[in-house]
Amino acid sequence: MFPAARRLALRGVTSLPRSTSALAGPFSQSAFQRLLSSLAILEQREGQLNHGSLSAITAAKKIGGSVHGFVAGSSIKSVAEEAAKVEGVEKIIAVDNAAYDKGLPENFASLVVENIKKGGYTHVIAGHTAFGKSLMPRVAALLDSQQISDITAIESENTFVRPIYAGNAIATVESSDSVKIITIRGTAFPAAEIQGGSAAVEDGVDPKSEATSEWVSEDLAKSDRPDLATAGKVVSGGRGLKSKEDFDKIMQPFADSIGAAIGASRAAVDSGYADNSLQVGQTGKVVAPQLYMAVGISGAIQHLAGMKDSKVIAAINKDPDAPIFQVADVGLVGDLFEKVPELTEKLKSS
Amino acid sequence: MSALRILVPVKRVIDYAVKPRVNKAQTGVETAGVKHSMNPFDELSIEESVRIREKKKAPGGVEDICAISAGPAKAVDTLRTAMAMGADRAIHVETADGDEGALEPLTVAKMLRAVVDKEKSNLVILGKQSIDDDAAQTGQMLAGLLGWPQATQASRVEFSGDSVEVTKEVDGGVETVRAKLPMVITTDLRLNEPRYASLPNIMKAKKKPLVKMSLSDLGVTNERKLKIVKVTEPPARQGGGKVEDVDGMISKLKELGAL
Repeated sequence: MFPAARRLALRGVTSLPRSTSALAGPFSQSAFQRLLSSLAILEQREGQLNHGSLSAITAAKKIGGSVHGFVAGSSIKSVAEEAAKVEGVEKIIAVDNAAYDKGLPENFASLVVENIKKGGYTHVIAGHTAFGKSLMPRVAALLDSQQISDITAIESENTFVRPIYAGNAIATVESSDSVKIITIRGTAFPAAEIQGGSAAVEDGVDPKSEATSEWVSEDLAKSDRPDLATAGKVVSGGRGLKSKEDFDKIMQPFADSIGAAIGASRAAVDSGYADNSLQVGQTGKVVAPQLYMAVGISGAIQHLAGMKDSKVIAAINKDPDAPIFQVADVGLVGDLFEKVPELTEKLKSS
Repeated sequence: MSALRILVPVKRVIDYAVKPRVNKAQTGVETAGVKHSMNPFDELSIEESVRIREKKKAPGGVEDICAISAGPAKAVDTLRTAMAMGADRAIHVETADGDEGALEPLTVAKMLRAVVDKEKSNLVILGKQSIDDDAAQTGQMLAGLLGWPQATQASRVEFSGDSVEVTKEVDGGVETVRAKLPMVITTDLRLNEPRYASLPNIMKAKKKPLVKMSLSDLGVTNERKLKIVKVTEPPARQGGGKVEDVDGMISKLKELGAL
């Protein structure tokens, strides 16, 4: 055991000079490296640019070097022109072909790979969304690159920070791949704003490879409330709500009283109180709003992984020993069936 | 449709209920003496494979369910669990213990590609992510390397003729896609509820065949492209204490600028 511990300690020491040399800047080895250039993969849906995906541009700008954006789908022109207005973007590469509308990874991955090869990019970035998660590892495998998933910070062109073990540990990793394939955590990189830019829009390469899967249908939860992933305020309900009826009756007016999005713990989702898409946690969405209000949620580590970067956390729970109180900035011990309606009333009238 | 030969990769990870601790050398998390179990998403993969057979969901039937795991000697426990749940046999690709043996997703995908060729698998069911590295890559990488269609984060798998229809969990709801075999599916939590292995099945699993291999048998080397510079504890969050009533909560939230 002693030699193993010593080996680990030694490794910790030897890694120091190397990691600092990576930060030494343009006068050391990077002068001999390729010029940095990043491709940000943007998402669109039925001709509308997904503004959340502009986070990829923010991350690309942090890496430095030139930044290009990439979009594909039918009648892509207006999406490309909108994205071209983002400041700091040199070029938007657009591929107009209805075959890419649904973002099926089988043909979309080869499309992205061809455009990466043509552009000679050093970094390719997408959001760690359902689309990015499905697409990027396939792209990485086709380029023989080891993807870096769900990063929360960029230390240098080859060193990135990412949470592991449901956010219970933070790993700093250094990539030796010539093309770095990266997905980013949206809450760690604000979406770039659509103003001040005038990028050129250029047609990309279209390998026209066939999709080996076929899109059949979709069923998306409709909501007038703010989008959970990007909302400034989130109120989240757990098993303590007891039923779907109570969940709706208590949480909806509460959310509306402060203009918040509604989230849920896995227990609430599994019990059928709330839709799957509302789940906050390691296996659901990761949120980091100004205010996260946990109602009837005990605070299991998998749930905390999805919300502990919120600015202010408030909790209402009848169990004074619930782990959620260890992370909450404001805690109230009490019966949520009394406290939440009272809170809703007082917030509405204030 | 030809009979299914299902390959189910499973991973031994720190148990989901354990709070991992970063080691003193900041090279990883403490694993010695910590409870390990099968990655929860992989339990869903095994369960789904067994249900496809039991419920006769696939028109061509299920010929074989083979579980595979790469890892140190203890990965065998995970494979025995998979067999106790209903896998027919298992392959253990032995790697060194600790950080030395850890494989990156791309390496695992290359290894699985070799196994798919060897075992003539036509369906690979993986978990959507492992709860240690949280990478969510291996299934997609494997599909890319094989040139097969993929359906990630499956919450429902149905067979019709020679096609497989998979409902996937996506942001904001679900999406259904259809593809022909061979294909790769990754499982999401909603897909099923994994069974507990019964004692008789645990006993039977001890007699099921388990083949040992090495990475080199499969023509793969453990080449690592990501160097771990350091692993640290996340910044600790300090609870701000409790308030007495709703008014107290509102004024504290206002004070913090959250309302």
